[in-house]
Amino acid sequence: MAFDIEKIAELARLNLKPEEKKKLEKDLESILAYVEKLKTLDTSQVEPTSHVLNIENVFRKDEVKPAQVRDEALKHAPLVDGKFFKVPKVVEKE
Amino acid sequence: MSDNLHQLTVKKAIEFASKQGAEPILKAITERVKILNLQINAFLRFDPEKSFPLSPVSRPLPLSGVPISIKDNICIQGVETTCASKILVGHVPPYDATVIEKLKHAGAVIFGQCNMDEFAFGSSTESSAFGIVRNPWDLERVPGGSSGGSAAAVAADMTVAALGSDTGGSIRQPAAFCGVVGLKPTYGRVSRYGLIAFGSSFDQIGPITKTVEDSAILLNVLAGHDHRDSTSANAPVPDYTKALNRGVRGLRIGLPSEYFVSGLDSEVEQSVREAARIFKNLGAEIVEGISLPHTPYAVAVYYIVAVAEASSNLGRFDGVEYGLRVPAKDLREMYFETRDQGFGEEAKRRILLGTFVLSAGYYDAYYLKGQKVRTLIRQDFEKAFQKVDLILGPTAPTPPFKIGEKIDDPLAMYLSDIYTIPANLAGVPAMSLPCGFTKSGLPIGLQLTAKPFDEETIFQAGHAFEQELKLFNRKPKL
Repeated sequence: MAFDIEKIAELARLNLKPEEKKKLEKDLESILAYVEKLKTLDTSQVEPTSHVLNIENVFRKDEVKPAQVRDEALKHAPLVDGKFFKVPKVVEKE
Repeated sequence: MSDNLHQLTVKKAIEFASKQGAEPILKAITERVKILNLQINAFLRFDPEKSFPLSPVSRPLPLSGVPISIKDNICIQGVETTCASKILVGHVPPYDATVIEKLKHAGAVIFGQCNMDEFAFGSSTESSAFGIVRNPWDLERVPGGSSGGSAAAVAADMTVAALGSDTGGSIRQPAAFCGVVGLKPTYGRVSRYGLIAFGSSFDQIGPITKTVEDSAILLNVLAGHDHRDSTSANAPVPDYTKALNRGVRGLRIGLPSEYFVSGLDSEVEQSVREAARIFKNLGAEIVEGISLPHTPYAVAVYYIVAVAEASSNLGRFDGVEYGLRVPAKDLREMYFETRDQGFGEEAKRRILLGTFVLSAGYYDAYYLKGQKVRTLIRQDFEKAFQKVDLILGPTAPTPPFKIGEKIDDPLAMYLSDIYTIPANLAGVPAMSLPCGFTKSGLPIGLQLTAKPFDEETIFQAGHAFEQELKLFNRKPKL
């Protein structure tokens, strides 16, 4: 199968170095060829497993509790502005 | 005794610390780490100064004064935690993982952070961004992975015990390669809060120890429901140490025919079959030829479903809130560049593969198909456990392989987890424990798998076997 590495890397928000692109593409094609073996199994009557414990959803009250995490979290951020994480601009001016 | 303090088990360290305090043990292993880590590289960080300010053991706690080392994907408050990845350099968690909180409350000393495959992606610890780990039994060989640093540290007596995490065998396979005991508990038995996620429906934290008894002592502390992890099970936690001396008389232990096939190393096969004979002599009933028919599909399911979860979990590493940020002209370019420079090759491979199997047009053919075959694998175990109490097999198909041997062939590397992955797919508990050595002196591990939440039967059988061979007395020459 042709694996469009450019498109997938774009979806994954991942720049790839030109030298790694070829190898990754080849590896991924061989892994996808290996997993083809699943197609030999008839699973038309099988329910998918997304979770092994079959547990119920857990609910709790949405209560406000005191927390001091903001300063802690900002302390190790790459770039902050007061109480905010700072990032480069999102939109270029025309 | 005092000359061999680094060799103490958890059980003996508790006894020693209650009489003479923890400091002599800490000094002994610190000295050892200083010398051996230069070669083995099992620890990414250890700060003897930070490990020491222990108040003298005043009241007896379950793990008073026992040093425990931590895999570097488990958050420790105020201490850099990186998953052995460049993208998390400088990441200092503002909170403790639940297991760390439990260890601290039990009186344990958090002793250093162990090297691992980057984000736990690997079976050899060669994908760490901070250098490979060497196997204490043969420095030219890998310690297994991804918890290779934890297993090597325990095997080399550089610590008393360690925590690892297991998504597809990452506790058990390195335990087998390093000749120590590694337990992956039932999914949900131990809280994942504070474990940096890889495959959220697979990940479990578990102990890597010198003995089965130590494993039971640690699980007593680690297990239990946690309101901060909605997938942790609200099931009662027994005293696991009570199971140790029950013996194996009457236990039905099954050998799956799909586990003893081509690809299994002959010395490993011989050793595991010999273990079955020992169990039989101890009074267990060995059931040959039980069937787990979908075993040959396990690796394929795993490399669809687990990488899908991984690609989603690793979406959060974008350079905004913590860790590495590569400056760029705009936000979008910052994401792309940070992730390019921050992630290593195996992480990129799994992110791409996971993104692909979840992408429009391929979801049903790969991800949904994988989840359905996962159901078939769960059902295999459910059927097998109607006939037997435990499943016995090899932990890994080969003894530890050479450094560099599989690094250029991802598929060959993935297949080294063929026997460990099924337990993660089914959520069942499984333990690797030493069962022998190859002619050239490399450790071999066997795997015991039990029904969900039946770790007790694993401890019961594992301890009986261990007391018979006493392989823990054999140490690597370092």
